[in-house]
Amino acid sequence: MASTETSTGDQPVKTVKADKDTHDLAGLEAGLDALETVHSGRTPLRETLVQKVLPPLSAIALVLVVWQGLVWAEVADETKLPSPSSVWSGLKELWLQGTLLDIVWTSVSRGLLGFLLALAIGTPLGLIVARVKFVRAAIGPILSGLQSLPSVAWVPPAVIWLGLNNSMMYAVILLGAVPSIANGLVSGVDQVPPLFLRAGRTLGATGLRGTWHIVMPAALPGYLAGLKQGWAFSWRSLMAAEIIASSPDLGLGLGQLLENGRNNSDMPGVFLAIFLILIVGIAIDLLIFSPLERYVLRSRGLLVKS
Amino acid sequence: MATAVAEAEERAATQYAARIGHVSKSFAGPAGPQLVLDDITLDVAPGEFVTLLGASGCGKSTLLNLVAGLDKPTAGTIETPGGRPALMFQEHALFPWLTAGKNIELALRLRGVPKAERRERAEELLELVRLTGAYGKRVHELSGGMRQRVAMARAIAQDSQLLLMDEPFAALDAITRDVLHDELTRIWRETNLSVLFVTHNVREAVRLAQRVVLLSSRPGRVAHQWTVDIPQPRRIEDSDVAELSVEITEQLRGEIRRHGQH
Repeated sequence: MASTETSTGDQPVKTVKADKDTHDLAGLEAGLDALETVHSGRTPLRETLVQKVLPPLSAIALVLVVWQGLVWAEVADETKLPSPSSVWSGLKELWLQGTLLDIVWTSVSRGLLGFLLALAIGTPLGLIVARVKFVRAAIGPILSGLQSLPSVAWVPPAVIWLGLNNSMMYAVILLGAVPSIANGLVSGVDQVPPLFLRAGRTLGATGLRGTWHIVMPAALPGYLAGLKQGWAFSWRSLMAAEIIASSPDLGLGLGQLLENGRNNSDMPGVFLAIFLILIVGIAIDLLIFSPLERYVLRSRGLLVKS
Repeated sequence: MATAVAEAEERAATQYAARIGHVSKSFAGPAGPQLVLDDITLDVAPGEFVTLLGASGCGKSTLLNLVAGLDKPTAGTIETPGGRPALMFQEHALFPWLTAGKNIELALRLRGVPKAERRERAEELLELVRLTGAYGKRVHELSGGMRQRVAMARAIAQDSQLLLMDEPFAALDAITRDVLHDELTRIWRETNLSVLFVTHNVREAVRLAQRVVLLSSRPGRVAHQWTVDIPQPRRIEDSDVAELSVEITEQLRGEIRRHGQH
């Protein structure tokens, strides 16, 4: 391929041996490259099913068995511990009424919209805190402190300020999720190897161009971890808001479903609402955040297969 | 190719690729300012290959950072008429979120090459370092030697007249390092770049350079210089390389011994 490149002959060649070696350089290099290249394939589907899907399914089956066992052993009466089948029929009923998807969607759409708002606010905020020393010193500690404040604490003031409506829900979500997202980005930026910044500067990536081309992509793994946590906080905050601030005008979400179950002493309904809240939380994580995180880590060679 | 000739002529018009004039650098230390570089004067001619050699504490990396413009000298001047020098590190410093090709394209983009030309230029540069077909490879899929070659291509993509190299092969295994010496010599001769190469490996310095500059340690001063007129391509095991290496090593050890005498 490149064997003719070095035979220009305009330089004095020391020995025949050296000349031959120069000709062989391309081949030698190709050999070294081939020897040292790591080949990483993807796991076959069957293996993924056995390793990733089977264990959680077994765990769920075990929980159901233990639950049913407790019901049969009558450790508590039916009003306190409903059987799996009564929860199941509750679910079926909601499905047959055609309200199940509406209820789930009411909460999920609120949660996702709130999360997107938190993303739009938390990202620039995190970037400013990470890059501007004065701002970091001023609000950095408050931002990390806010993370440990349970977002349910924001519900009463939000109701007083904004009333019983959707904006109050979004306010609670924002107060819960923005600190997480901003903090994730701050720690992502802090963990950017200084070498990347130096390399970026020698390439001419300074100021905003440095932030866009070097700092942001380098901080992406930490940022994604923050987003994941931000979603968890959004969902939690929303459920707290929906449980406390239920009003007929707000539409029926999962939180209200839970609260209604409590008001009607409908234990299967309470269980059902809790399961649905849990399932939505897990599903969003599994469908959106985990694949995104895996993709980013894998493309950077950071996902080590054991 | 016609443009390459024109560029070479244009480069020959300036008398130096880097001019380091009476440069000193001190850092704040626990006992007052610590002098790291003391009155260094050094020119790198266009197309010249110079190695900076020294033991630890000679400030060779500091000097390279100064020439790269990453830091300012305490006294003296540094001129690089060919624009911001390209810099290669001991670690490849490739960005893992980009493919090999996109790493090179980022360098092109940051110096204002229009989008339409970038892909082709990047492929050409990969060909130059003999990594044709590695365009879409992620950094972690490449071996250590391949990464340094992509880093070399990225540095060349900056189209600077001067390439600074900070022990770029120190972390590689001996076989790969040897091959990359051949490769660097070939690329240097093909591109007409000026190279300022920092190392603590005497044989590497002699193997590669036209001129070897020995720095003393604490503070770093130019202790001695040698012109290496052994014709390229050389091998690290050549007897002339070994002979000069022995002489330089003696001098280097002399410099080091002075530090144990008080």
